[in-house]
Amino acid sequence: MTAVPAVKTASGTAAAGAWQPALRIGLLGGAIAVYLCLVGIVPTFNERPLIARVISLGEASLLVTALATGYLAAERAPVARRSTETLAGALAGALGGSVLAGLVLVGSVVNVRAVLLHASPELYDVLTLGLGTEGFWISIAVGAAAGGLAALSASLPDALRRPLVWGVAGVVVMGLFAGLLRTPMLTTAVAPAARFLFAPEGLQVAGAVLVFMLVAGAVALRPRLALSRRYHELPQRTQRALVPPALVLVLVIVLLFPFGLGPFFAMAVATVAIYVLMGFGMNITLGLAGLLDLGFVAFFAVGAYTVGLLTSSGEFGLAGLSWWAAVPFAVLFAMAFAAFLGLPILGIRGDYLAIATLGFGEIVRILAGSDLLKAWLGGPQGILNIPKPIVVGPDHPLAGPVQIYYIALACALVVAFVAWRLRGSRLGRSWMAIREDEDVAEAMGVNLVQTKLLAYMLGGAFAGLGGAVFAGLVNSIFASSMALFVSINVVALVVVGGMGSNPGVVVGAIFLIGLPELFREFSEYRYLLYGVALIAIMLYRPEGLLPSKVTRRELYSAEELEATAESEISPAQPAAS
Amino acid sequence: MKVRPIERLTDFAIVGFLWAFRIAVVLVVVVGSILTLASGKYSLATWIDLIGSGLTLGSIYALIALGYTMVYGILRMINFAHGDIFAGGAFAGYFVATALLGIGFLNAGLIASLISIVVMILVAMAVSTALAIGVERVAYRPLRNAPRLVPLISAIGASFFLEYTYRGMFGPGIYAFPDVSILTQRVPIPILNRQWVDVLVIASALLMMGGLYLFVMRTRLGTSMRAVSEDRDTAALMGIDANRAIVLTFAVGAAMAGAAGVLWGLKYTQVYFFTGFTPGIKAFTAAVLGGIGNIPGAMLGGLFLGLIESVGPTLFLDGFNVPSPNQLKDVIGFTMLVLVLVFRPSGILGERVTRSRA
Repeated sequence: MTAVPAVKTASGTAAAGAWQPALRIGLLGGAIAVYLCLVGIVPTFNERPLIARVISLGEASLLVTALATGYLAAERAPVARRSTETLAGALAGALGGSVLAGLVLVGSVVNVRAVLLHASPELYDVLTLGLGTEGFWISIAVGAAAGGLAALSASLPDALRRPLVWGVAGVVVMGLFAGLLRTPMLTTAVAPAARFLFAPEGLQVAGAVLVFMLVAGAVALRPRLALSRRYHELPQRTQRALVPPALVLVLVIVLLFPFGLGPFFAMAVATVAIYVLMGFGMNITLGLAGLLDLGFVAFFAVGAYTVGLLTSSGEFGLAGLSWWAAVPFAVLFAMAFAAFLGLPILGIRGDYLAIATLGFGEIVRILAGSDLLKAWLGGPQGILNIPKPIVVGPDHPLAGPVQIYYIALACALVVAFVAWRLRGSRLGRSWMAIREDEDVAEAMGVNLVQTKLLAYMLGGAFAGLGGAVFAGLVNSIFASSMALFVSINVVALVVVGGMGSNPGVVVGAIFLIGLPELFREFSEYRYLLYGVALIAIMLYRPEGLLPSKVTRRELYSAEELEATAESEISPAQPAAS
Repeated sequence: MKVRPIERLTDFAIVGFLWAFRIAVVLVVVVGSILTLASGKYSLATWIDLIGSGLTLGSIYALIALGYTMVYGILRMINFAHGDIFAGGAFAGYFVATALLGIGFLNAGLIASLISIVVMILVAMAVSTALAIGVERVAYRPLRNAPRLVPLISAIGASFFLEYTYRGMFGPGIYAFPDVSILTQRVPIPILNRQWVDVLVIASALLMMGGLYLFVMRTRLGTSMRAVSEDRDTAALMGIDANRAIVLTFAVGAAMAGAAGVLWGLKYTQVYFFTGFTPGIKAFTAAVLGGIGNIPGAMLGGLFLGLIESVGPTLFLDGFNVPSPNQLKDVIGFTMLVLVLVFRPSGILGERVTRSRA
């Protein structure tokens, strides 16, 4: 009975059904656009130009959504013909735009502002270009135009499409970074170039055109130059001879990087360097031994407070040592503390260990800020007047965060060296055995508790080192700096970078710590983007941004293995548990 | 096999340390309690008051903990965003309550107030469920077969996303829940010194937990959830739609969290974008305390954690003249967690999974 009409509708709407995927993209784009409006990105950043006097960041976020909608809709067009694809893009864009128009119309009738702060007249002014409710059609028209254009560009040949897309992306990125690049450039010889490229906020029109041409040109020329292929066609000996100069170049860039960028940049890179250092430490605990430690911050706190107590010239200072003399104590205490905490809990497995360590992290933070230890640790007021590691005058190039950058880099190198030497050692192989299967490792004669304890202590020692460097950077430490967020950041940057890969840690730290530090102008929206980035990276690159070759191989072969092995093993599992 | 003497020595050290740890904790608890009770600073009424507020807080923890425990049981994954889904329910409850106050219905007599509360709870459950299904669809489902850490990081991302979405949409301010006048009146048993809101929280939490328990144990859908939780592949072979059971688990857990959000708002009267963070971590702790994957365990763990947080600082620490012991309530809670994990890794009611399966 019911099947007959169902079949009828299916055949009757076959043509319309073919448009469904494209239109669904349109609805999704509309929903994202409405979200961007209501969460406040569009109205808040309407004052911040991307290209001066042409388009604001808020408008650009909507436009990019519309372009992406059109582009994706074109790929899902019912027929792979240019006219159909353009139509699909335009339709999807118009659909998305009409969702926004719906927001404007609803907003003019119902006062949704009692619930949603940003559903304000200013938002509607952005969406209607100041026309008021009568201008509701504008978002539909703009959506259709942008969607159609993007769809048209999608059907272009590769040689044209890639430069176009990359050029637009380049303009957006440069527009975002404009303020950050302009300030340091103005103090140097390239000041005229900075004035030509950048307005006080965002790009100049001429600058935007130039950036677009440069990026598009570079992308267009790339296949002609074919640098990678030419490099591989070189004789082996020449290839090898090219490596040392390249390494030297990278080294020089890394070493000279913080100079001339101003204190703001220097602070950001110093923070990144500290997280790189801690990430290397976490790479041993998590990457090698597979122990998920969400209480890394406990050891970070021990290191920071040890340095603070031993060096501070303020009221809680105990010894008045120099920073350098205090660091070994910080590392030792953090290591001892890790042994103390690790002993009772290392018999626990997996996520339970994570939760137990998370509990420790919170305990340390609360104790440090409590009245109980206030007489020694200063409670919420913290410990002040911690000296810099290198005491120089304020005009010296090493004053400020720059010295911390070098110190943290040097420490990170030491940690990386230790990790690298340990990896192939008996201990390192025991760790990896434990990571893969504890029971088998134990059967092979690995002493579980001791081996895990060593990994935990080593991670703790490096976290303590990170804390010590951190104390030298900020010169005053508070219990509130020891938040769970620090531990989560370290785990996230290791996983995002690619577990067990040290270059991955660097990339992860730049991505998760450096970018949010640089984009301070976006205030709380940074954390929104942080969340989106974490999900997106896990969805599209679960192995991390820069995984080590071993992990990659393990991940993929393990998956294939699981598929065959699981069906054989699972029936036995309930009995085992 | 030859055991090197140094290894035997460290083994002894470890065992000795564990025993010292146990004895120290027992000493603190026993001596502290005796000192506090002997000092006679606190009357019986104070203790009853502390136990009462502990039970109220614990009921809310228990409701949130159900979501953690069920999701962990079925996916072996810590759903970090669950606390923020709870906060979503609290926001929904707040906006419904304000709207009802605006039309003058919220405090228009006993029946109207009760209807209002039911409406708030239902809307909050719907909102939280929708949020949880959305998060599961976007951030977790594509990662079903990824390595263990990948969904955890994705969940942390989802948690940030929800928190700062609330912040962006509703602003950084703290919203004060409107007062429901019948709930602020005292219960007519003077010794208890409780308001009706405590009765509401405890009673509705017990009611919902009982309903959930029956749903999971007695219905077909509940059975399918338990089957998938036991062994997903075999359950799939038996014709159970594993994906549907997983979504259902998320939805049911989120509905409980949404209701808990409203109860939290009614009791503690404050909601802001970060509301979900601390109760979320506490509730996960409660789930582990009770034995993760175990529904009655989550209830018991929640109540236990609420009680220990409320009574513990005064009972254990005040006798030692610790200044402002209430600052340390979380220290006591987390220490309990570590103790339970070390000495009874399966939790109070749990099956023995920590050492074999997790």
